[in-house]
Amino acid sequence: MITRTGLILFAIWVVILATTPLHADNYIVRTAIMISMYSVLALSWNFIGGFTGYPSFATVAFFGLGAYVGAIAQRNGVPMVVAWMLATIVVGAFAAALGSILLRLKGHYFAIGSIAVVEVCRLVISSWRSVTGGGDGLNIPLLRWSPDDVAIFFLMVMLVLMIIVFALNAFVSRHRLGFGLHCIRQNEDAADMVGINTTLYKVIAFTLSALFVGTAGAAYASWVGYIDPTDSFSILMTVKVPVMVLLGGAGTVLGPVIGAASFVVLEEIFWSNFLDWNRAILGMVIVFLIFFLPGGLLRVSFRKVRDRLKGREGVAT
Amino acid sequence: MDIGQILVNGLVLGALYACLAVGFSLVWGVLNVINMLHGSFIVLGGYLTFFAWHSFGIHPLVSLPFVALLLFGIGYLVQYLFVNKVVTAPVLTTLTLTFGLDMILYNIMTVFFSATPRRVTLDLGTLSFFGITMPVDRLFGMALALALTGLLYYVMRKSRIGRAIVAVRMDRAAATLMGIRVNHIYAITFGVGALMAGAAGAIFAMVFPITTNLTGMYIGKAFVVCVIGGLGSVPGALVGGLALGLIESISGHFFGPQHSLTVGFLVMLFILLVKPTGLVGKRGYE
Amino acid sequence: MSEEILRLESLSKSFGGIRAVNDVSLSLKKGEIVGLIGPNGAGKTTLVNVITGVHPADAGTVHFMGENVTRQRPYQAARRGLCRTFQIVQPFPENSVLDNVAAGAVFGGAVPSLKQARERAMDLLEFVGLQDVASQPASALTLPNRKRLELAKSLAMKPKVLMLDEVNAGLSSGEIDGALDLIRRIAEQGVTILIIEHLMKVVLGVSERIVVLDRGAVIAEGPPMEVVKDERVIEAYLGSKYAQRLKEKTHG
Ligand SMILES: Nc1ncnc2c1ncn2[C@@H]1O[C@H](COP(=O)(O)OP(=O)(O)OP(=O)(O)O)[C@@H](O)[C@H]1O
Ligand SMILES: [Mg+2]
Repeated sequence: MITRTGLILFAIWVVILATTPLHADNYIVRTAIMISMYSVLALSWNFIGGFTGYPSFATVAFFGLGAYVGAIAQRNGVPMVVAWMLATIVVGAFAAALGSILLRLKGHYFAIGSIAVVEVCRLVISSWRSVTGGGDGLNIPLLRWSPDDVAIFFLMVMLVLMIIVFALNAFVSRHRLGFGLHCIRQNEDAADMVGINTTLYKVIAFTLSALFVGTAGAAYASWVGYIDPTDSFSILMTVKVPVMVLLGGAGTVLGPVIGAASFVVLEEIFWSNFLDWNRAILGMVIVFLIFFLPGGLLRVSFRKVRDRLKGREGVAT
Repeated sequence: MDIGQILVNGLVLGALYACLAVGFSLVWGVLNVINMLHGSFIVLGGYLTFFAWHSFGIHPLVSLPFVALLLFGIGYLVQYLFVNKVVTAPVLTTLTLTFGLDMILYNIMTVFFSATPRRVTLDLGTLSFFGITMPVDRLFGMALALALTGLLYYVMRKSRIGRAIVAVRMDRAAATLMGIRVNHIYAITFGVGALMAGAAGAIFAMVFPITTNLTGMYIGKAFVVCVIGGLGSVPGALVGGLALGLIESISGHFFGPQHSLTVGFLVMLFILLVKPTGLVGKRGYE
Repeated sequence: MSEEILRLESLSKSFGGIRAVNDVSLSLKKGEIVGLIGPNGAGKTTLVNVITGVHPADAGTVHFMGENVTRQRPYQAARRGLCRTFQIVQPFPENSVLDNVAAGAVFGGAVPSLKQARERAMDLLEFVGLQDVASQPASALTLPNRKRLELAKSLAMKPKVLMLDEVNAGLSSGEIDGALDLIRRIAEQGVTILIIEHLMKVVLGVSERIVVLDRGAVIAEGPPMEVVKDERVIEAYLGSKYAQRLKEKTHG
């Protein structure tokens, strides 16, 4: 559920991101694009991981698949925006089919199954040279505009996607779908027993978690102009997304946005200042997050943080 | 290549995989935690063995027990200080936590060891029998891997600690009532998992070049072995390991080695869906 | 004679070697209250699980309002109005008590909007006496209240047949009178009730007919007073020695 304050905060945030090209340099604009893109991924993941409580690590499979479908379509002369739509549809269909099989698993098995999907996608794309270029990757025709215009364009694209997925989150959280998913997360057997078609609901949630990730992947490919399997299906990225949601607050609508923004900013800071140690620092952020912010930034209780720092026992479980 | 060679290659590889995965399987089965640090533990074990050999001329067989013990200590501490605090939390929490810890360990290793592939070359020559050739160091590695896996099996069944681990796995609450210190047992279990990872790393360093880039692949193999064989038992890991070794060597022969990993994952997905308990599938760690 | 609403024919279900439900045939008439009793492990809960599709039946059929529903999934049973409570209560722990019941109304009871579902849920909470704790999370409830919540949740699904699996277990005898009254009032609304209970007082007090299950099979069926005198029933409950002694007493 989202409050009026939450909506206003989100609107302000969109305005801040959208106006970066007016007053900030390229680097900041690029960061704004990354923030919007990761917000799309985190908000999408929220459907399956936050609302439904299924620990999916398949996000990057949808992202990579979207990137490749978009790239291949564009290389074959399909106009850019049509290629993105195509990517959305293909990824959505893929997720629906995959979900109806994979969602029979629970807990660790589901987590592993979803990781395996990422690996299989990466390996298949790497070895299917004739279509995907294999390990050499693919070049995508670049937009022939000035670099500034290109950046503004892709910022707007990612922002629009972010707004769509945000609205979808807000809608679902008020709708019976969100109510049902919330019930499934708490007790799937009981959810079945009160008349929720749990299989259908879970597949819908899984598909929603993929749809716009596919679009974002395709748009990302058009933006950077080059993709390869290791980058497009990186396991690091697939773990980042849930971490962002946890950082912000899982199952809330604003949480993923806050989480994605803070994570990308933190990452940028670490990358530029501690080149050799950025991975370790991110690891420490994760560890800190789990021990001191188990409910995410949105549910920070400063008293508890203080108690923990003083070394009192009792991690919420 | 003839069929005998393919099978022998697969079995040798499979024994190594069993040893690689058995610690992962133990932790998962007993603690219900997916230990994303496992791959880094393996590489760490391999590196330590390599440097002991390279810088001080210590034979891997001599350093192996020390490396394994060191890894045990690290594993014990990781569990005692971190994972124990959230061990009953949902999957996502424990998995993310071990992933975060792994990022730290991985980073430390890349800074200190760099990503250069390293290997202990023992130069033991090759052995030929019935038209099958096999480097002796691999056979040696296989024997060692099987011996260590067998030792773990024996310890789990016969020792007090082993029985305490089984008891905790079966029923945590009852084990507490029986006076078992569950947190301590959990830490030991995690330590044993790390110990086996370290030992597997030491063996791998004698057979294949080791680099930090391989942590992800090792974890992937451990997943596949556990799911195929069945979680939480030494025989499960053994069956899963041998099965994966054979799958890789056979599919590598028919589709080319670059696809063997894909086939392994596909088999794993298939087994996950039709028989999630794995081929050996039973409960209780034995 | 009123019409039949639920008919079980030769229903069986095994777990490994255990025949938890063994060739059970049973028919419920519209509006009737039937008691289902039997010693621990007799298969009462399993029977309900098979009827509602939690466990697929090994053999036999379930007909509900003339329709063969043997292969249904639990959510379909709920939507049809074939509802049950859980012996081991199954709340949505984080949801408020009100939303627990609203979930039943909106999904099982086909109430179109969440708002209406909450209104209906509030009425039902008053009906079972939980209105004061409506906004608490379900995990905060005491066990008797959780049982009441189960009842309200299943009522929200607009049941035609309601199977109550030990909803009164753990209640004090004062509370039981209230609970009995509640069950009678539900039945007055035309709901057919299958009540599973260990407490004889409850079963005998409300049931028009009693079915006795032992080791998965129906061993007796009939009006309450006749069934409790049945030798096989006494034997199943008390063991053969006591049954023998009891018999000697009454005869001599
Ligand atoms: N899911 C299951 N898996 C295996 N065995 C089961 C399962 N459910 C029930 N059983 C077995 O089936 C038999 C019948 O159990 P059931 O719970 O139906 O009995 P009951 O009559 O409800 O008993 P109680 O009065 O204790 O509630 C028991 O032997 C039980 O152990
Ligand atoms: Mg029962």
